Amino acid sequence: MQRRGRGRIAYPYTVWMVIFIVVPLFLILFYSFTEGDIHNLKDLRFSLNGYKKVLEPIYLKVIGNSFVLAGISTFICLIIGYPVAMMIANTDAKYRNLLLTLFIVPIWMNFLLRTYAWMSLLSPNGLVNRVLLWLGLPKLEIMPGKGAVLLGMVYNFLPFMILPIYTVLSKIDKHVIEAAHDLGGNNVITFMRIILPLSVPGIVSGITMVFLPAVSTFVISGLLGGGKAPLIGDLIEQQFLSSRDWHFGSSLSIILMVMILISMAVMSRIDKSEAEEERRKI
Amino acid sequence: MSKTLIELRNLTKRYNDMTAVDGINLTIRENEFVTLLGPSGCGKTTTLRMIGGFEDPDEGEILFEGKLLNNVPAYKRNVNTVFQRYALFTHMNVYENVAFGLRVKKVPNSEIDRRVKKMLKMVDLEGFEKRNVDSLSGGQQQRVAIARALVNEPKVLLLDEPLGALDLKLRKEMQIELLDMQRSLGITFIYVTHDQEEALTMSDTVVVMNKGVIQQVGTPEDIYNEPINRFVAGFIGESNIIEGVMLEDYKVSFDGMVFDCVDKGFAPNEPVDIVIRPEDIRIVVDPEEGMIKGRVTSVVFKGVHYEMIIESDTREYLVQRTKMFPEGSIVGMNVQPADIQVMKRGSTPCSEEEEEE
Repeated sequence: MQRRGRGRIAYPYTVWMVIFIVVPLFLILFYSFTEGDIHNLKDLRFSLNGYKKVLEPIYLKVIGNSFVLAGISTFICLIIGYPVAMMIANTDAKYRNLLLTLFIVPIWMNFLLRTYAWMSLLSPNGLVNRVLLWLGLPKLEIMPGKGAVLLGMVYNFLPFMILPIYTVLSKIDKHVIEAAHDLGGNNVITFMRIILPLSVPGIVSGITMVFLPAVSTFVISGLLGGGKAPLIGDLIEQQFLSSRDWHFGSSLSIILMVMILISMAVMSRIDKSEAEEERRKI
Repeated sequence: MSKTLIELRNLTKRYNDMTAVDGINLTIRENEFVTLLGPSGCGKTTTLRMIGGFEDPDEGEILFEGKLLNNVPAYKRNVNTVFQRYALFTHMNVYENVAFGLRVKKVPNSEIDRRVKKMLKMVDLEGFEKRNVDSLSGGQQQRVAIARALVNEPKVLLLDEPLGALDLKLRKEMQIELLDMQRSLGITFIYVTHDQEEALTMSDTVVVMNKGVIQQVGTPEDIYNEPINRFVAGFIGESNIIEGVMLEDYKVSFDGMVFDCVDKGFAPNEPVDIVIRPEDIRIVVDPEEGMIKGRVTSVVFKGVHYEMIIESDTREYLVQRTKMFPEGSIVGMNVQPADIQVMKRGSTPCSEEEEEE
């Protein structure tokens, strides 16, 4: 009785989910498998043209680019984020929250605003180049281009790598680390054999939280890449807003979704097998 | 006696304004079972952690076989620790937990296998090798923690309230097992506990601490029978602590009476504290035959004995006897001179500060 009562509380959300998530998802799926005038239901007919178009080399390259860029920026985020997370976790409890907040504060600022800020910093006559010029150093010409896009991605998504890793690291019992030292493990051994394996869940969720938005982002590449290196997100945006080819756009979205689902499945597999392997060792 | 293994000299540790350990001196010998006993916040755990290398002393020296240990990092010390909440490696199975120390030291696999198996047998965990440590009971986890430390064959094993999380029955069993291990392996144990009974049961030497200062060092018998001050008397076992006056050598006055005792060396008419253990007070039916007259105000059956509170004209006495005297009856009480323990005044009260985290 009580259970059913509690279940009812979830109804509004269920309704919300159906209207704004499930229905649109089916609409996109529907558009991706049809062709014709989207405003005229009678004109719509089944077609795989949307998907066929995805397979054209020019578009495959965009998809490939997106995954490579997202992969690289995720990797950079991990390389930068892990030591930062570790540093925060090891900070005296008094200053820890302050430090954490400093790394999180950028998220509170509007995403577009931050990207525009980078634009003006990196532009050919931006602040960075003026400083370099003043120092007598060569100009930095990464914007527009992949370098700037990468920088924008890393900057924007880094907090999402730091947070989950920090959370896991800060939960590791300090006595466990002391025990490793006590048993003869120096700092390197203690890190490699104790801290790193125990933080795998944080790494996995960090990678997921950075890779997903990175692979589907469109504003960053549009603004910092100057359209030179369009990503799958830009392509989808184009189809819906300028090219008005909703069928192709929907096909791209579905493909992106499937690929994300696959990579998430792979990640959770790694997470599990990592833990299993440690358990099975010897 | 066997030779000195560890020496603490004027060891001091401060946290901000608080002095956790205040200039303690202690000598620990080979094969000794030493217990640091005291209430929370008395500095016992901090002392142990300094020996283990997890805290740096602010002042003083730790000598290990005559060599200064202060600046040796924890992973290079020939001591191992059993942590309070075990601190097992949850991402490894039982076997790998125990093998960790040997793997780090690059011991050949065949020897690791032999030693780990032997150790698991000793702690009665054969067949648990592949088990995940999270799936073990508290007692089993405790055994893994002990095996993980002992497999390295340390000269000293540090134990930080290792049985605190176990239930009473298991705790008693583990006390005996630990004692057996210590005897058969010939390893020095430094054991931290706040449980006075545990300390009395297991130790060769008990070190009673309070507020970062050692109050008394001695055998369990010494500590129990001849507590040096009010704090030790109150912390170890139940006792009647009575204020009195030492009239002259072998004569002490309390409760309006003069008693013979076996203590001397006090100034004439010096105020003192007197300890009488509840089991040392004898009751006689005829009040006139007792040195102190009193009325029984409460009787509680405790299994082995009855615990009675007897009120004299000036105070209450806690008395434990196997024979029961009914509530309300007027009785006499006698104490043997040897059972009157006279202590100097000026004891330290017990502090209630929390020491962990």
